[in-house]
Amino acid sequence: MKGVRFWGTRGSLPVALTARDVGAKLLGALRAARGRQLGSDSDLQSILDGLPFAARATYGGHSSCVQLDTGGAEFLVCDMGSGLRPFGQAAAASRNGVAQTFHIFMSHLHWDHIMGLPFFVPAFIPGNRVVIYGSHEELESALRRQQDKPSFPVDFSIFGAKMEFVHLEPGRTHEIAGVAVTSMLQRHAGDSYGYRFESQGKVVVYSTDSEHPLAQAEHAERFVRFFHGADLVIFDGMYSLADAISVKADWGHSSNIVGVELCQLAEVRHLCLFHHEPVFDDAAIDAVLAETRRLEEITRGAQRLHVSAAYDGMEIAL
Amino acid sequence: MHLQIATRQVADAVIAMPVGRIDHRSAAEFEAALTPLVAAAAAAKGALVLDFSGIDYISSVGLRVLMIAAKKMREREAPLLVSALQSVVAEIFAISRFDRILTVTATLDDAMALCSPAALAAYRSAGSAPAP
Repeated sequence: MKGVRFWGTRGSLPVALTARDVGAKLLGALRAARGRQLGSDSDLQSILDGLPFAARATYGGHSSCVQLDTGGAEFLVCDMGSGLRPFGQAAAASRNGVAQTFHIFMSHLHWDHIMGLPFFVPAFIPGNRVVIYGSHEELESALRRQQDKPSFPVDFSIFGAKMEFVHLEPGRTHEIAGVAVTSMLQRHAGDSYGYRFESQGKVVVYSTDSEHPLAQAEHAERFVRFFHGADLVIFDGMYSLADAISVKADWGHSSNIVGVELCQLAEVRHLCLFHHEPVFDDAAIDAVLAETRRLEEITRGAQRLHVSAAYDGMEIAL
Repeated sequence: MHLQIATRQVADAVIAMPVGRIDHRSAAEFEAALTPLVAAAAAAKGALVLDFSGIDYISSVGLRVLMIAAKKMREREAPLLVSALQSVVAEIFAISRFDRILTVTATLDDAMALCSPAALAAYRSAGSAPAP
């Protein structure tokens, strides 16, 4: 496994920057440029590089979609949130007339994780193959239903690609496109599944929409085993711990604090916060990231845990 | 690691001082020790003040214990206060947002002032408080 690319990182509902948001970023950049040398593009780039991420960029607003780069010709993707649309456009653009195969692993079937499929260009192309994996009994029916009348103009039969559905037994390792894939049941309304991907000595865990009941030690132990030794854990850090166990208890999500704790216990190398709260603006996610890095620093054991926050378009090399 | 909790009655308030580290290993012990203190304080509608000056770390599991204690106290309209946090623990409270859902005071003197005039007077007269 060579790396991971994020196409959608937002939780629950896609969001977009407003004109006011963009204006505020431009104004901040112009202020930062006051009195500075502006003669060359490298002068300008240097000013931008000095700004916080939230001031010069955006975490983006597409809902969950993550691509795993195995180095092979076939595509591996986690979830079909609205980020599947730009992923599909990029994949179709790289087609060069050759049929493509997509292996898509579904955490669960809530709308923010399936809404990209009707807009997935490769599914419309005859000759392509789209294999959708999951552990929910309703995997196929839920995806067909979202395109039934009156929810969508065209039904599932519009797809020209060969559409396949594969049920994965949780806890069992499956060899798919050269990757060992193991799913695990997670706590979320209607259930969700995390995935552990192992290939070429690298391990990536995708664990979103997963609540962690703190009173159950065996639950934490199960996740520590699932995460153990991973190079990268993509983790649902949607809420603060206080919210996750009080006003938003049983909403099916977790916190940055629990992410750090589980990853430290599991000796993970890199924790990537994911499924960002849709009401958070870029500055709020920047603040959560800074706090999470600080928490890792003050609780660090023998091994440093690298912490990042996913944004649409972000790539992580393994 | 064994978690010690010393307690003392100060007028109508109880000060409990746990010492050590509250993590996934010791949280159950912390909960077991705290539960009867919460029950007694809630029944008496008296304040329970947790002197955290001896706690050098608290994990999510430990914070959950505090949340349950606070909820039980709130149901009986009895105050729970957490006081004198070490800097690392104060940061954990801020990052977890527990500083927004629990009553946290910088010093024990501040906590006793929030409990009752009698508790504050008794605490100060015992000579264990810094000069206000």
